[in-house]
Amino acid sequence: MKKDIILAGVGGQGILSIAAVIGMAAIDNGLYMKQAEVHGMSQRGGDVHSDLRISDREIASDLIPEGKADMIISVEPMESLRYVPMLAPDGWIITNINPYVNITNYPDMDDILKEIKSIPNHIALDANKMADEIGSKKSANMVILGAASLFLGLKYEHLENAIAKLFKNKGVDVIEINLKALAAGKIFADNYNKN
Amino acid sequence: MIQAVLEFMEKLMLLGDEAIAQGAIDAGISGIYAYPGTPSTEIMEYVINSKEAKQSKIRSGWATNEKTAMEAALGMSYTGKRAIVCMKHVGLNVAADAFINSAITGANGGLLVVAADDPSMHSSQNEQDSRFFGKFAMIPALEPSNQQEAYDMIHYGFEISEKFEIPVLMRITTRLAHSRSAVVRKQTRPQNEIHLPGNLKQFILLPANARRQYKHLLQSQANFQEESDNSIMNQYIDGPDKKLGIVACGISFNYLMENFPDKKIPYPVLKLGQYPITRPKMKKLYDECDEILVLEEGYPIIEELIGSFFGLGKTIKGRLDGTISRDGELNPNIVGKSLGMEFAQTRPLPSVVTGRPPKLCKGCPHIYSYNALNEALTNYSKGRVFSDIGCYTLGALEPFDAINTCVDMGASITMAKGAADAGYKPAISVIGDSTFTHSGMTGLLDAVNDNSSITVVILDNATVAMTGGQKSSATGKLEKICEAIGVHKDHIIVMNPSPKYHEENMKVFKKEIEYEGVSVIIPRRECLHTAARRIKEEKKKKELEKIKSE
Ligand SMILES: Cc1ncc(C[n+]2csc(CCOP(=O)(O)OP(=O)(O)O)c2C)c(N)n1
Ligand code: SF4
Repeated sequence: MKKDIILAGVGGQGILSIAAVIGMAAIDNGLYMKQAEVHGMSQRGGDVHSDLRISDREIASDLIPEGKADMIISVEPMESLRYVPMLAPDGWIITNINPYVNITNYPDMDDILKEIKSIPNHIALDANKMADEIGSKKSANMVILGAASLFLGLKYEHLENAIAKLFKNKGVDVIEINLKALAAGKIFADNYNKN
Repeated sequence: MIQAVLEFMEKLMLLGDEAIAQGAIDAGISGIYAYPGTPSTEIMEYVINSKEAKQSKIRSGWATNEKTAMEAALGMSYTGKRAIVCMKHVGLNVAADAFINSAITGANGGLLVVAADDPSMHSSQNEQDSRFFGKFAMIPALEPSNQQEAYDMIHYGFEISEKFEIPVLMRITTRLAHSRSAVVRKQTRPQNEIHLPGNLKQFILLPANARRQYKHLLQSQANFQEESDNSIMNQYIDGPDKKLGIVACGISFNYLMENFPDKKIPYPVLKLGQYPITRPKMKKLYDECDEILVLEEGYPIIEELIGSFFGLGKTIKGRLDGTISRDGELNPNIVGKSLGMEFAQTRPLPSVVTGRPPKLCKGCPHIYSYNALNEALTNYSKGRVFSDIGCYTLGALEPFDAINTCVDMGASITMAKGAADAGYKPAISVIGDSTFTHSGMTGLLDAVNDNSSITVVILDNATVAMTGGQKSSATGKLEKICEAIGVHKDHIIVMNPSPKYHEENMKVFKKEIEYEGVSVIIPRRECLHTAARRIKEEKKKKELEKIKSE
């Protein structure tokens, strides 16, 4: 078992919370993990990504080789496309469709969606709306993780356990909402696949 | 959240930087000194936040610059205690005087200097290679390939530092510093007791002593060499195909292994993690193999050393012969290609993807300083603003286009002075509060002593924002410092960089720019992120107090 995952977004969107859940679920199950993070440049608004690798065998490189990523998990649609050259031929893109527009020349959303849909294995979801319906805008990242959960090679309940552990200090309500968000994403992805 | 990850796992999941910090805590340091700088910042941050470090009363906290940090660490070493000092690669330039001379004095308690290099310049002005500094100072240097090695090498580094009574350099690069992986801890070691050097003249570098000390350093080279020759940090891994021998330094070893998923490399490999370079193992590789490929992050140091100046001898492949690009960091693909591997065509970057460069946060106080300054300068020709390094350097980009230089910390004031001395007026300096106390104060004194006609704008956002909001040495002290340096009181002006005061601020800029002499303007408003964090922490504190009192 080996999954190479690229997490993508814009600085300040909190992609590392997704990494933390996957990482913890992996480690708790005795897998190896390496995760190259982005630090520095504390201003918000630039593109950021993180290479997350989990495997049942020791991992050599901190960086994912080009064309070998099993998955791009992105919290922003254009950012999901920035790492397409890293994606394996049968790799998945799982992305939020809410654009983060902080540049004057942000491309047309139709063009972006067309490009995402040209990748055979993709899931594009409105995670913000789904999180809002659950009652917490903040949990959009967990919705996206829920959609990605089908392809991570990790048991769903292990992700749930990881969330419970990670949000333990924040109280039962926060855990509950994040689990709901995770479930919403998973159900969406289940149906998306059927269509 | 990340802290929570740590608490729940037996193995610690640590960034390379954090592995170094935990290693230092466990190896019995009594103090850590540092000035922030990507990618080294998280070493100090980890110790500051460590409960264990607090319990063991390990000294931590940010220094004013890398030189003061280096000297304080040397002072702690003088007393016989272990100390570590951390900085980014260009920080070692600032600390160089103390660093090079510390090799002559030698260490008493173990002394480790960590320099974090940034090949590809993810957040730096250059990609200088700190291994050169190790060689320049003629001290042992370590270069880990992964987080566990980084942790282990800290223990080993302190041991050899005390064994040879010499500072030891550890060089890491961005990817190791900022990548997280499992680390198994060793047993913790108690801190040293205070015990001064046997020879109380050891640290007096008067020529007569210095000559003796320098000879001692030269004589020690053989010991450093022998230590490196026998070190497990340098491993010769045999392979059946002698057509090629590979030297892999530090993290490049991982990129090499990535290309051989079954871990079987057909060629002999010399994995290097310690300097000076081991001669017997290197010679074995050179003698046994037809060609040598050198994989090293940064400069082609080893390649140059084992290659022949006249192109005689065996073919050495690497960054100099064009096998690998001369600049930029390595990765698995670059290393694979250097071995002649072919990679399938990947999907191209979709053309809709546009650049998203970092920029000043919405509402950042620096924005309003630049808006007012730009307007004040509309009637002058362009190219008058000498600036510095920090968030405010983004004022170079559109829509501000507000600054014209950024060279090294502190250079804004002194370059403006040089320009003014040349008769170029007005000359304006724009510098951050932390950069000012790091290296701007001495330049301001030069300007005052020469009565150079410059306007110095110190952007005081009460933090070191660029590197993530560390505590700034300047906070609460700027006006007093400037006045004490000799800037006239009437020309030290504090303003609030907010759109509300735009007209007012613009007029102040205009007036001071026209003034013949040194004037200092301090736009003061807290960085938005630092303010948000402070408010959150204060709220938490209040709640805790409330619970306690109930
Ligand atoms: C010698 C050296 N040390 C450290 C750094 C890393 N660094 C870049 S900017 C900066 C500090 C900026 O702080 P400040 O001047 O207060 O400006 P702000 O980012 O808060 O606007 C640091 C530490 C560097 N580039 N060079
Ligand atoms: S981090 Fe602070 S100083 Fe830097 S751009 Fe954002 S608000 Fe401004």
